[in-house]
Amino acid sequence: MLYSPAPLHIPDGFLNLVISLLFWVITAATVGVAVSKTNKSLGEKQVPLMGIMAAFIFAAQMLNFPVMGGTSGHFLGGVLAAIVLGPWASVLVMTAVIALQGLLFQDGGLLAMGANIFNMGLLTAMIGYGLYRSVLSQSKGIRLAVAGGAAWLAVVAAALMTSLQLWLSGAAQLQIVIPAMLGVHVLIGIGEAIVTVAALAFIEQTRPDLLGQKATAEKGGGGWVVAGVIVSLLAVLLSPLASADPDGLERVAEDMGFLQLGQSAPYQILPDYTIPFLGETALSTIVAGTVGALVLLGLMIVLGNMLKRKSNQS
Amino acid sequence: MHAEIFDRFHEAESRLHRLDPRVKVVVTVLFILSNALLPDGAWAAFGLSWLVLLGWNALSRLGVDFTFRRSFVALPFALAAVSAIFSPIGKPLADWSLGPLVLIPTDYGVIKFVSILLRSWISVQAAILLVAVTRFPDMIHAFEHLRVPGVLTTIVAFLYRYLFVLTDEVMRLLRARDSRSAAEPGRRSGRNVVWRACVAGNMAGQLFLRSYERSDRIYNAMLARGYDGHLRTLNPHVLHPSDWAYGAAAIFILILLQLVGRF
Repeated sequence: MLYSPAPLHIPDGFLNLVISLLFWVITAATVGVAVSKTNKSLGEKQVPLMGIMAAFIFAAQMLNFPVMGGTSGHFLGGVLAAIVLGPWASVLVMTAVIALQGLLFQDGGLLAMGANIFNMGLLTAMIGYGLYRSVLSQSKGIRLAVAGGAAWLAVVAAALMTSLQLWLSGAAQLQIVIPAMLGVHVLIGIGEAIVTVAALAFIEQTRPDLLGQKATAEKGGGGWVVAGVIVSLLAVLLSPLASADPDGLERVAEDMGFLQLGQSAPYQILPDYTIPFLGETALSTIVAGTVGALVLLGLMIVLGNMLKRKSNQS
Repeated sequence: MHAEIFDRFHEAESRLHRLDPRVKVVVTVLFILSNALLPDGAWAAFGLSWLVLLGWNALSRLGVDFTFRRSFVALPFALAAVSAIFSPIGKPLADWSLGPLVLIPTDYGVIKFVSILLRSWISVQAAILLVAVTRFPDMIHAFEHLRVPGVLTTIVAFLYRYLFVLTDEVMRLLRARDSRSAAEPGRRSGRNVVWRACVAGNMAGQLFLRSYERSDRIYNAMLARGYDGHLRTLNPHVLHPSDWAYGAAAIFILILLQLVGRF
C-alpha cells in the first residue's frame, strides 16, 4: 500500500463539538495570520513552491523503512518542513497536507481538522522552528542534534495533545489513553528524529544555501523561539506528569474548569438545548437549534471575511 | 502515474454528481456537525442518519452499499476510544482484573463508546461520498467560493496536481533502494534499524531537493502558459434554484434528525 495513514489523525465523531470548534478557532486564526504573512513577505512564486512542498511532505510520508516484525515506520515531516521552509510557510503546508488527507482519504475528520492541524501543524512548527532557531549560530552537530530532538518532541507533543483532546471530549480515560499513546509515539518519534536529521544533513551538504543562518532566521521572528521553548517545556513536563499521575492532572483540570468545558453539553447559553421561556417543548428545541445554527453560521462568516480581508491586504 | 490511488472520484450520471459542489460541501459538513450534536445513545437518530446516508448513496447511483464498503478507514482509531468504556460515571457492569489493572466497564461508558463509533462511522461515510461524487478541482472551487483564503486553496490545488508527479519520484527512489539492496531469501538486507532510518532520511532529503528544483521548472512552464496566480476552471459554478432546493431539503432533514435524537 502506497499511502498508510498516520496514527495521529483524529476522525470525526471522537471529539465533541466544543473541543472541535475551540481548536478550529485557534487554528483558523493562526492560519489566517500565516496567510497574511505569506501574502506580505513572499511573491506569487512562493505559492506554487509551497504547493509542491506540501506534495513533498505527502510523498515523503510514503518513504517507509522496516522496523521489526513486519511493521514499518514512516516519516511525518512536520519539523523538517518547519526548519527548511520557515514556520509560517510550514503551517500553511501542513494545513494543506492535513486538509487533503482529511478530504480525500478520510484520514482525519472534517470537524476534527482544526484539532488535527493544531496538533500536527502548529505544534510542530513551534517546536521545530523555535528550538532550531535558538541554536542557529551553533556548530552543525549541535544544530542537527537539536533538530532531531525537536522532531522527537514534536511527535510526542502531538500524541499528548491528541490524548488530552480525546479525554476532554469524554472519548477516552486519561489513565489509559496517555500511557498508550505516549508509549507508542515515544518510539515513533525516534524514527522521525533519525529521518529528519539524515534529511537535513543531506540537504545541508548539497544545497547549503537553503539552510544558511541568515536565510533561516529571516523566515520567522524571535517570538517563535519563545513559543517553541514554552511549548517544549510544557510537553516535557506534562508528559511524565500525565502518565505517572493522571488523577492529579484530572484534578487540576477540574479545579480550573477545563473538564466541565469539555465534558458538559456544549450549549451553556441554551441550557439543555431549549429556550428558557418557551419551556421544554418541541418548538423550543427547534428555536434553540436554529439559534445555535445561526450563531455558528455567523461565526463562520465573520471568520471567513476576516481571513479574506487578510488575504486581500497584500 | 498513480491516478487510480489518489483519484477518489467515481464517474456516474446522477443528480448528486451534477449538484453544485458548494451545496455538497456545506451539506456534508452540516451532516457531520449534526452527528456530533446528537446525544449519546440516540439510537433512533443514528439509525435515521444512516438511512439518510443510504438514500444519498442510492441517489448517487454508485450503489447503496458504496460508502459502506469503504467505511472502515477510521476503525483503527477506535482503539483510542476503547478506554471510554471504563468511565467512572455510570453503573458498573463487570469487574475485569488484568494483573495489577482493574477494569470496570460501566453502562454509561459502553453507551458512550458505541455512540462514538457510530458517529465516526456515519461521518466518515458522508466524507467518502462527498469525494466520490465531486471532482477534486470542483471541490477546491467550492472552498474558494466559501471564502477559504486563496493562498490555501491554491496550495491544496498544487498539492493535488503534483502528488502524482512526486509519487512517481518516490517510486523511483524506492525502486532504486530495492535494486541496491540485494538480500538472501528470508533475510532482510542492510544493517540495523538506525541505518535503515538514515537511508530513508537520505531519500527524504533527495526527494526534497528534486521537488524543490522541479518546482522552479514547473513555475517557469506555468508562467510561459499564462499563469497569473489564479487557477481557472471552465465550470461556471452558478447556484441554480434546484441546487438551493436540494440544500434546503437536506438541511430540513438534518433538523428532523436532531428532533428525533432529542425526544
